[in-house]
This record gives sequence, structure tokens and C-alpha cells, in this order.
Amino acid sequence: MIRAVIVMNDQGKPRLVKFYEHQPVEKQQEIIRSIYGVLCSRAENVSNFVQADSTFGPDTRLVYKTFATLYFIVIFDDSENELAILDLMQVFVETLDKCFSNVCELDIVFNFNKVHTILDEIILGGQVIEMSSSEVVKAVDGISWLEKNPNSIIRVPKSISGWQGR
Amino acid sequence: MSGGSGGGGGPSLMDSLFQRTLDDLIKGIRIHVPGAAQSTFISKSLDEIRREIKSTDLQTKSTALQKLTYLHSLHGIDMSWAAFHAVELTSSPSFIHKKTGYLAASLSFRPSTDVLLLLTNQLRKDLSSTNQHEVSLALECLSVICTPDFARDLTPDIFTLLASSKNFIRKKSIACLLMVFSQYPDAVRVCFKRLVENLEGTDNAQTLAATVGVFCELASKEPRSYLPLAPEFYRILVDSRNNWVLIKVLKIFAKLAKLEPRLAKKVVEPICDHMKRSEAKSLVFECVRTIVSSFYEYEFAVKLAVAKIREFLLDSDLNLKYLGLQGLLLVAPNHSWAVLENKEVVIKSLSDVDRNIKLEALRLVMSMVSDDNVVEICRVLIGYALKSDPEFCNEILRSMLLTCSRNVYEIIIDFDWYASLLGEMARIPHCQNGEEIEYQLIDIGMRVKDVRPELVRVGRDLLIDPALLGNPFIHRILSAAAWVSGEYVWFSRNPFEIMEALLQPRTNLLPPSIRAVYIHSAFKVLSFCLHSFLLPNKTANSLSKFADMEPDFIYSESEGEFPETSGLRPHQEFNPRDLSEKNADNATISSSSLKNDTFTRESVVNMLTLILTSLSPLAGSHDVEIEERVRNLFGLAQLAQEEICCHDDRKEMMVDRDDLKTSIIIRLINDALSEDFGPVSLSAQERVPVPDGLVLEENLSKLDIICADVQLPKSKSFSLVRPSLLQMDGDFVSSRQNEEESETSAAESTSLLSEHRKRHGLFYLPSDNNQNASTGFQPANDPNQKDNDVEDLVKLTEESLVLKRKSNLARPRPVVVKLDEGGRLPITVKKTQSTDDLISGAVRDVLLGNEASSQSNQSGKPSSRRRGKALSKVDQGSESNNNMENFEIGNSSKRRSKHRIHGKDKKHPSPGNDVEGRDENGEVNKQKSGSRHGRHKARQRADGGINVVVQKPVIPDFLL
Repeated sequence: MIRAVIVMNDQGKPRLVKFYEHQPVEKQQEIIRSIYGVLCSRAENVSNFVQADSTFGPDTRLVYKTFATLYFIVIFDDSENELAILDLMQVFVETLDKCFSNVCELDIVFNFNKVHTILDEIILGGQVIEMSSSEVVKAVDGISWLEKNPNSIIRVPKSISGWQGR
Repeated sequence: MSGGSGGGGGPSLMDSLFQRTLDDLIKGIRIHVPGAAQSTFISKSLDEIRREIKSTDLQTKSTALQKLTYLHSLHGIDMSWAAFHAVELTSSPSFIHKKTGYLAASLSFRPSTDVLLLLTNQLRKDLSSTNQHEVSLALECLSVICTPDFARDLTPDIFTLLASSKNFIRKKSIACLLMVFSQYPDAVRVCFKRLVENLEGTDNAQTLAATVGVFCELASKEPRSYLPLAPEFYRILVDSRNNWVLIKVLKIFAKLAKLEPRLAKKVVEPICDHMKRSEAKSLVFECVRTIVSSFYEYEFAVKLAVAKIREFLLDSDLNLKYLGLQGLLLVAPNHSWAVLENKEVVIKSLSDVDRNIKLEALRLVMSMVSDDNVVEICRVLIGYALKSDPEFCNEILRSMLLTCSRNVYEIIIDFDWYASLLGEMARIPHCQNGEEIEYQLIDIGMRVKDVRPELVRVGRDLLIDPALLGNPFIHRILSAAAWVSGEYVWFSRNPFEIMEALLQPRTNLLPPSIRAVYIHSAFKVLSFCLHSFLLPNKTANSLSKFADMEPDFIYSESEGEFPETSGLRPHQEFNPRDLSEKNADNATISSSSLKNDTFTRESVVNMLTLILTSLSPLAGSHDVEIEERVRNLFGLAQLAQEEICCHDDRKEMMVDRDDLKTSIIIRLINDALSEDFGPVSLSAQERVPVPDGLVLEENLSKLDIICADVQLPKSKSFSLVRPSLLQMDGDFVSSRQNEEESETSAAESTSLLSEHRKRHGLFYLPSDNNQNASTGFQPANDPNQKDNDVEDLVKLTEESLVLKRKSNLARPRPVVVKLDEGGRLPITVKKTQSTDDLISGAVRDVLLGNEASSQSNQSGKPSSRRRGKALSKVDQGSESNNNMENFEIGNSSKRRSKHRIHGKDKKHPSPGNDVEGRDENGEVNKQKSGSRHGRHKARQRADGGINVVVQKPVIPDFLL
């Protein structure tokens, strides 16, 4: 399964952090730092794989891809295929590109929630659930519409209104 | 902002009106420079959030929680205190608030979060929502924060979603299932059939991909349970055109094929078809990996796979090249020809720019090593190590050390060569494998008697070079060299020279623990010299015995003229190695006696003076180890000096030497020291019977009270086992102590240093040519050889990989002492009852045992929670009934215990267990012959006795 998806910039600042198995936040920060240490020591135009056994246990690997100023990082175990994960990252970036039309780092910085929404449509519980970026865009658009129309859900159970003390 | 309407108290109204949005927060963080300013800003914002989040206005609360989630996720701010607010927001009627709440929950909740259970009802409500996005919010959150409680309570809801008409929901609930299963294995009994239905019936590629993905995860933990589904997977393998699905199915087959060899015949062809036809590199690589790791007996398939690997290796894309090398590494154990075919690429990859590729190439090269070619490969690799960056250099050294020492130096035939190789490694500038080299130097010394003379030579070369003392990374190696030189001093060409090396002034650069080893070795050398000097008759006697036994034995030394005046000069003529080869076991006594002339009174007196002058500053050392050893050495030296000096003028006193106090002591000491250290069996301790009255299990808790104010010593003593202390600590402590010492002994040091420099001037020059002068061994890194490494290795692989053995071995392999069948660590199998076992047990029950009973339950509408529970209860009941029938009474009346048996089978795969496991399956099979999934089962044979059942496969016949 996929253990984590991380997006960080070339300064090591995290832009998106999603772990699919529970890690305390201190551990997350530590992992991000150590990954950055490994990645920034790698030359350009080398292979995109890094063994991640030391942080995530045996047979885990890390694939990264650089897009402009950003590193996209996926950590996974041996039930995934390395090249397929690279394709998946392409899908993720394509989707971001479609959602933000010509995505850049700032879009990801200022759209924390939406980037999570997009990611959740592609990966759930460490399993890939959608590989078609147009399907993802469709779902994300549906969610955005719901977000902008707060009254779209009419159903307001009594218990909740009572609880809020309105 | 819709703040005003719901605002309760004063502050919250203000907060809602002037609340910063998430964007404001992000902008603020970006304005402030990282460091103090930024963290001040963040803590100020946190204060705001703490106020805002208490607001009764949901919009204010939601914005506050958004900001907090952002800070938590990307800046590592703790938000456990806000858990309740997140739960509160999930129940909001507004979608965006709900979403904010769920995002916060899934990013920050942990199993220990106390309000977790409050979420159960809301999750259930949202899982059954008519809005698919609400359902997916709940599923996403559940997939991350699932606990056994959640899983147990929500299993019925997930069960319903598995049959949802919307693919959008179905694929998400399937993906979520994995987490539910792992938290609550009993959920398998409820949901597994629907999962299988999704495998069979779905026409949606993504739903199928999710389903296959779940099976892939489950099978990777315990494949046996999923054998009955092989026909379904086979159908998908043949029919599906979705690469993602195919990759996962291939992974499943790679696991299943190991359990059921007959599967291979069936699936190899479709896999080869995919490999030939597919355009997608990912699928092709997965096919290659499956073939070479699980179907390597099929020659044609492997040939095709190796051809694909070759394409990968020659591709300009480094990712493909890297994966190609990995594929090759998988082929190597079974088909070495594949490596041979691609050797140029592999060897060129050793100097690739990409570290990954270099490492894989190194692994491949190491996989080619055998006892025939180890010498050449190591020589070439040392050349590479010298050229590489420090990191890769150490990687090379490490893998060489590891490969050579595997199975108690299995591949090493010429240990003299290996000892000199270790010496060479120590001299590589970036070498940081000191600990391992130290261990191996001592280890081969103890295990292989024949190598000791060469070890002493290697040790002497290392000790005598003052430049090496300046490199902290090889201090450990020096420690081993010192120990070897002391322990096996009788092989030394010139013990006096070793003594000088051990006491040279620059040893004050060593950490105390290692310096203690130096001094102790000096003690051994001194006692050896005194013994040879004072008691020559003893040794002469024993010598004559050897002379009788080996008449052609000639002292090389007798030919050389020994200059009386310079007792400290090395004698090149004497070569103890010839000697030791002839009578390895008794070399101790005979070789020492050879040097009757060496140990003149003058040389011994000189040595004693040297000891006393160089050690006097150390007598007051603060390090216990050093102090004690210095005093030992001092005591012996002083005693010897008094006695030998006062007999100065009476040359005839030789007769009385036996009666000197020193002689008596020396005899005792020598007896003690001549006891050979051997390797110790790992189980040695267990073999010692426990003495009566000793209670080993006694609680030592009182020890803490006793030792409360006793500080553990910082420095560690030398030991033959691998020290567990970090070298770093030792170094740090030692360097401080050294400073103190060097201050006190600064004056002595400088004078001694200059004297040493005078005498051993040539060692202060770049030390290239003076080493290895008198040995016939080729140094491991000959500077002339460095440049044509690649051709060398190519040539060498051609020669050695053809697997023709070189018959002209100069010498037979010496005896290597082994214990414990190679001294490997005893494998302690820790038996854990994991959830995997529970899952697989449940799966097996569902697939094989309980179909009839669960089917009857399923006919109802199992959407309500109560129904789900009842269902699983019935399952359990019927299951245990089955058990009662299947096994002898009392064998396994409880379900759990049966699973445990399964677990054991899995951990110790032996033919016996295998049969047993299948037997069980077979019997269960027989039980449910009337169930719906009849085609998943083996057909009963007419003469189906017990034995036939044992052989009965779980795979349906059409596959086989």
C-alpha cells in the first residue's frame, strides 16, 4: 500500500503531508526533514527511487519527482509497482494542473484544503482508487459546488440543532 | 462570513468580524522570516484560534479549525486539544463545515484520542447519507483513524456500501475495507463475500482495481487463504486490459505460485503474452519481476524476461536502468548466465553518476563472487573504492567485508591474502569500517591458526606507521592490530620493534580503551622477550624435539649475522612463517627459541628502559584501565630491570637465571598467556550447568538501590565480542582525557617523538614502498592496476564465471574453527498472533467452511447493524460446529485456537505442515460440498479416502 504522500518545495518546506498509517506529528516532521536531506543531496537527472527501509520498515521505497520548485514524494511498500506509482504522480500533477489551470507552488500553498480534496479522490486508505484525472476533476468540482452552496444539504437533524444551542 | 447571526458571547462576535481566514494566516506566515519572528506569529495566531474555536458560530469555528489543521499538518503544531471541536463540526449540516471537521479528524486523530467514540454515530449517519460526497468524507476519515471499535460498529454500514449502485461509493468502501479488516478481523466473515462479488461481477475498472488491490494486500500477508480464488484472478489476468489491475494480479500470482506449483504452468503463458505485448513499462517490469522471482524454472519465460531486462538496462531512462539492475539481481541466484550476458553494463554501472545504480551494480558484482574469483574481484573493487566518493567507498568496503566473512569465511581459501586485504582496507583514506575490520582481524586470528604469522605481519605494518594514529576512524583497527601483535608475538620477526610501536609517543592520540589494549599487548611482548631471554634452555629443549621430528628444518636466522650492538634493529632474514607452516601447532615454543641470539642482555635492558621511560607519565592516568595495565607492566619491568642490571658484570650468571624471581614470575605469566584464545560458541553459556544454590531468575531490583550513586565507567575495556557502545561517545570522552594527559607529558612526548622520528624516519615519509617488502603477497591495491579496472573485471568475469575451477591452488585451505554450524545467531522465532492470522483464518472460513450458513443469512436485508451482528454470531456458531465435526473432540473447540494453528503452519513452512494444512482444507472442503461456490473447490474423487483428500488441491481442476 501507499504509506505516505508528501509535497515539499526545494527548501524542504512541506506543502502537503498525508500519512496513511498513523504517525505522531513530531515523527512526521522528522521524516520530512530526513527525506529532504536525502533528496537535496541527489543530483539532477538521476533515478527517482530511494530505499526508505530505515524510516518505514523493510521493503519500503520512496519515489520522488520534481516539478518546478516542488518535490512530489510517494512512499510505498512492495505491493506497489514503482513505475505505476510514477504514473500515479503524473496523474496527481495533471489533476492539480486542471484544477488550478497551470498549477504553481503558490496554488498549492494557498489551497491547502482543495489539494487534500484532490488527493483524497485519488488515494484512499493507501489504496489507489482513481487513475483518471478527468474523473477526479469531476468529483472535485462536485465537492466545490457543495462547499459554495451551504444550504444544499437541507436535512438538519433536530438533535444537532439542539446541541448547538441555537 | 456569516458570523454575526450565530454569535453567542461578546468575544466571539469580535472574533467573527475580524477573524483572519486561512489565507490571511498563510500570508502572515510567509511575510515573517523563518525563525523567531515566524514562531512568534504562529503562537499569536494560535492564541486567536484558541479563542475563535470556542465560538458558537459554526463559520468562525470552522475557519479556526481550518487554520489549526493547517498549522498542525505543515508546521507540526499540536492540536489534540481541539479534537472535540472537530467532532462537533462533522455533525454540521453545512457540507463545508463537515468537510473541515473530517479533514481535521483524519489528519490529527490518533487511536488514543479520547473523543474518538463520539464520532461513531456521526460516521454511521454519513455513511448512510444520500449525498455521495458525504459518504466519501466518512469513508476517507474512517480509513485513516479506524480503530477496532469503529470497525466493529461500522462493519454493517460498510457491508451495505459494498453493494452500492454507485461505483464512486463502491470503490471507496472497498479501499476502506482493508483498514476495517486489519482492525477487526471478524468483519471478514461479514464482508468477504461481497468483496469477492466485486471481483467477479464488476464492469467498472476502478472498482475492480480497488478490489484486486485489497486482495493483493491481504495475500501479501498470508497468501494461502486466497488460493481458492485463483480461477478468478486467472480470468482477470487473461481478460483485463487495465495495467493497474494486471500489476496487482501479477503480484498476487507471484505469492500464490509459491504455494501451488501447478498454478505456474497455467499462468506463465498469459504473463509472457503481456510481457511481449504491453507498451506500459510498469506492466512489463511487473511481468519480469514475477517471472524471475516466482517462475524461474520456465526457461523460455526467463529468457524473455532477461531480454526485457536487457532493454531496460540499455534504456537512457535511469529509472529503467535501475529497475533493470534490480531485475538482474533477482535472476542472479538461479540463472547466472543472465548476469554474464549483461556484465559490461553492470560493471560500467559501478561508476555511474547515480548512487542507486552504483549500489545495485555493486550488489550484482558481489552476487557473482565465489571462492575462485574473490581475490580478483576484491582487488578490482579496492581500486574502485579508492576512486569513489567516501560514501560509496565505504559501501564497497562494507559489502566486501560482509561477503568475505559470510558463513565463517566460506569463500576465503587464502587467509594470508585476506589478512593483507584487511590491512589494505585500513589504509584506504575514507575507510570507516574500522569496527568490522577490527572484529574480523581478531576473529580470523582465533579461528585460523595458519594465518597468525601473516596477521602479525599485517598488524606490525599498521602499528609501526605513526601516520595512522592520526585517523580516528582506524583506531579500532589499530586496537585489533595491537592485540594480535601481543597475542601472537612469537611469530614476530622482531618483538622489540613491536614494543617500540606500541609505546610510540603518538599513541596518546588513541582513546583510553584502545590505549589500554596497546599497553596490555606491550605486557605480553615483554613477558615473551623476558621468557626467551631468561629461560632459553626450556625452549631449547623443546626445540630439539622438533628438530628430531623435522630433520630438514633450517633456521633462516643462523645464516644471518646478527649485530650485537643494535638489539632493536629488525631482522629481515628471520621468517617465522616458514616455520609456522611446518609445525603450526607448536610454533609457539620453537619459534621463540630460534632467537636465542636476539635476546641479548643489552637489547632486553634497552627495552626495559624504553618501557620505564615512556610509561612513567601514564602511571597516574585517570583512566582505570590504563592505570592498571601500566602498573602491571611497570611492576614487571622494574623487577626485571633490577635483577638483570645487578647481574650486569657476572656473565656466568646465566646458569642461575632459572632461580631469579623474575624467571619464576615470567614462567607463571607465560604459562597463563600461552593459553590460546579460541572462538566461543554462542550457546557456550547455556552449556554451563547452573551451580547449586544459584538462583538466576532472582529479581535484581535491589541492585539499583545499591548502585544508585555508582557511575558506570565511561570507557570500555577491550573485549573479544563486538562492543555495543557507540564509538562516538568513547572518542569524545577519550579526546578530553588525552588532552589532560598530553599536557602533563608534553615534555617527555616531544623528546620521545623526536627520538622515534630519528629511528623510524622512513615511516614518516609517504609510506608506500616500505610495506609488504618481504612478503610474496601482492597488495590488494596495486597502484598500477587501478586504471584498467573495467577491462580487468570484464575479463575476470569471463574467466571465473564460466565456473571452471582453478585446479592449481597453491595451498589447501587452512582449518577454520567453526562452532554452532557457523556461529550464526540463533534464530529466535518470535511467535506473534497477528491480526493477519485472524484475517486469513476468517477468510478461509468464509471461502471454505461457512458458505452454506452465511448464505442463508445473507438472503435477508442485512443493512441494519443488529442484523450484521447476528449474522456474525451465527457464523461463529456454525463455524465451531464445523470444527467439532472436522477435528477430534477437544482438538480445537475454540475458533481462535484453530487460527493459531494456521499461523504456525505459515511461519514454519515444512512439507509436513503443508500436508497438514491442506488436509485441513480438504476436509473442510468435503464438509461444504453443497455450497454455492462449488466451482472454487476441488472435485471429490470417487475413491476419496483420507490420503486422497490430503493430496486434493484447493484449486479447481480446470485450472490444472
